[in-house]
Amino acid sequence: MSTQTTEKDASMLKQKEMIADHFHALAHAKKNGKKVVYTFVPGNLTELINHFGLLPVLPEINALQSGMRGKSAEYIAIAEKAGHSEDVCTYVKTDIGMLKAGNIGPTGEPLPKPDLLLLSYTGCFTFLKWFELLREEYDCPVVMLHVPYQADGAITPEMRDYVVGQIRREVIPAFERLSGVKYDEAKLRAQLALSARAEDDLVWVLESGKHRPSPIDAWFGGVYYIGPMFTSFRGTQDAIDYYRLLREEIQERLAQNLGPVTPDGPAGAERYRLVVEGPPNWTSFREFWRMFSSEGAVVVASSYTKVGGLYDRGFRHNPDDPLGTLADYCMGCYTNLNFPQRVALLESYINDYAADGFLINSVKSCNSFSAGQLLILRELEKRTGRPGGFIESDLVDPRYFSAANIKNRLESYFQMIEARRTGARP
Amino acid sequence: MSAPVQEKIPGRLGEMVAKMEALYADLDLAAVRDWKSRGQNRRAVGFLPVYVPREVIHAAGALPVGIMGGADRIEIVRGDSYFQSYICHLPRSVIELAVVGKLDALDGFVFPSICDVIRNLSGMFKLLLKDKFVHYLDLPQNFDRRLGGRFYIQDMQHLAQGIGRLTGVEVTDSALRASIKAFNHNRAAVRRLVAARSDRPWEVPTLEYFLLLRAGYLIPVEEHTALLDEYLELVGRSGRHMMDNVRVVVRGAFCEQPPLGLLRTLERAGCYVVDDDFVLGAHFIERDLDERGDPWEALAEGFMEYSVPSASKYDEHRTKGSELVRRVRDVRGEGVIFMAPSFCDPALLDQPMLAAALEKEHIAHTALKYSEDTGQFQVIREQAGTFADGLKLWSNA
Repeated sequence: MSTQTTEKDASMLKQKEMIADHFHALAHAKKNGKKVVYTFVPGNLTELINHFGLLPVLPEINALQSGMRGKSAEYIAIAEKAGHSEDVCTYVKTDIGMLKAGNIGPTGEPLPKPDLLLLSYTGCFTFLKWFELLREEYDCPVVMLHVPYQADGAITPEMRDYVVGQIRREVIPAFERLSGVKYDEAKLRAQLALSARAEDDLVWVLESGKHRPSPIDAWFGGVYYIGPMFTSFRGTQDAIDYYRLLREEIQERLAQNLGPVTPDGPAGAERYRLVVEGPPNWTSFREFWRMFSSEGAVVVASSYTKVGGLYDRGFRHNPDDPLGTLADYCMGCYTNLNFPQRVALLESYINDYAADGFLINSVKSCNSFSAGQLLILRELEKRTGRPGGFIESDLVDPRYFSAANIKNRLESYFQMIEARRTGARP
Repeated sequence: MSAPVQEKIPGRLGEMVAKMEALYADLDLAAVRDWKSRGQNRRAVGFLPVYVPREVIHAAGALPVGIMGGADRIEIVRGDSYFQSYICHLPRSVIELAVVGKLDALDGFVFPSICDVIRNLSGMFKLLLKDKFVHYLDLPQNFDRRLGGRFYIQDMQHLAQGIGRLTGVEVTDSALRASIKAFNHNRAAVRRLVAARSDRPWEVPTLEYFLLLRAGYLIPVEEHTALLDEYLELVGRSGRHMMDNVRVVVRGAFCEQPPLGLLRTLERAGCYVVDDDFVLGAHFIERDLDERGDPWEALAEGFMEYSVPSASKYDEHRTKGSELVRRVRDVRGEGVIFMAPSFCDPALLDQPMLAAALEKEHIAHTALKYSEDTGQFQVIREQAGTFADGLKLWSNA
């Protein structure tokens, strides 16, 4: 066991070091003459931002980190006091509140102001309003990257041309002006080749959930696994090293027939294999995870880990078509899929990962996920015959995390799975 | 379910108002069925708020029909089971209308990009109504004509092809120009209505104004233009008296519409609504579109350059605050009521920015929330009344 702990620590430590270095670089960006671009996770252009030596800040990552650090309640209160409605997205309010409270990042160092806001609102209209709000606070330029929705379940040539055109004519010139660096396609190709290598290992990690027992938790654990890929490290050697390390650790767990590592140590026997739709709650993340792990419930696949791209469905950044592949990436994120696509994806996860059931965590803040989830629940029950569960919480507003209520619902849900196993019907 | 709220009006004006009320209450789309029955293979295509280029539907030979929810006129039995409590009300009444068959007269549906809820609703329709045409209209947020404009034209052409498959009508440039002309007439008539209401709100009560706009979402555009013209002529001779009301601008009600009782409450509380974003699609384009050149370009130009600010549209030039201030000045507004549906992210996220712009100019504002089925107005009446009293006091100070 100590070997596993050491190995686990190796990837965790590597990730921690990478993220700490990134936030340190951000804290000293102005002093070091670095320019800063704020953008969002879904459909992010990380390689392109790094290409110009710019530093990315992802406000929704800061918001979720604030949630995990127990700061979001205070930040939300600040935003609501400033006139933001209690009805709207709590990521936005956490970010606004954090800004007004001094903009201290997750490592305790201050975050720099943006020099540019790259508004790619892939899969989420709220992002659009969010950057309009930040523009009021920072008075800096905004570059719009409109990413069309896969309304008919496919990326059409017109959609692709539109996104490529915006990157070529607007995003790249804006980055050149900001950084003073000229766009170098050969360099971008090299970055994209690095991205694809890390993506291969990420997919291997995610698909290890097909084994029984699963060596990973693809939701609670999964958010750590996607962290480097979906923040600022895609297209770097660091990302390759991290995912290689992670893959080796999971290979070791597989070899020993071990389950995932939870906050309380190695998981016990795997009793329920679940597919989960929706983001997790961040304010009570460990408590929430424990409600699953204590019952032997393991999430073998999740939609949330696909908000930054569906690599497991074959997408890889393609160095041979640098701008086209960035466009495809932007449009391919989970929340940019239409409903029939989402249902089909979840159905395939339930079957491919031999899940006992599927669970929806419906978060108040995120209509992009939540609106229509009850129809997804019905469709999946109809198509797979496996039991669906439904719980409600929020991303970062602790007022909407009712531990007793969620625990009750989960226990009932696990009982339902047991009943199905013994042949009983609801 | 609330009864019609308009008091009995005599004469032809009364007949017109009664007709508008009947259209408003027509959740079974009898008017649409009637229109379809008057010709062979007629098709009708529904569209959701906020803005859809109805000219394209019209040119493809179909009747564009606005789907504005069920207001307070339908009991939600099944719709609530599709949405969590923190989702706005409009989609649940739209789903209710769909699953109980009240939208059966429609052969297709267009969902313009406005927010995540309406976007996801388009996919729900794809799953629930598999035999219907469903088009998601991804309105451009990049306002460069070579980029967003081109994409928008391609999207509109896909829409035209899809509706053309329903009607058997190919949308030619000349047909589209004719449709633009018909809608230009309508836009001009709506502008006259907007101006009359702003100049003499006692002659054009908010309720009638709202019903007139809503009627345009159910009947052919040519009939609607005639209705507007006749109404304006009659109302100018109605002899309605001015009340001691304040002049307010309303913002936030561009998608889920307020119930009629709420509109009446505002006036009873002492507020003349002299500008608003109700039924915004009907007055989204501020001027006539080119009737001679490339009609697709004309439509793209309309959306990208001549459309009014809206929370559902990216504020590229950061002018929405100043535009609201300008509008308040233009209509001699004394204050602004932010009146957004509960859980409406676009409207509610916009509010702090708009409020800040008003505060810089010392324009008073207040905020309230509603849902389309709000049935209790006492609190709103008190709030709006207090706001109106405050404005009167300040303006007299």
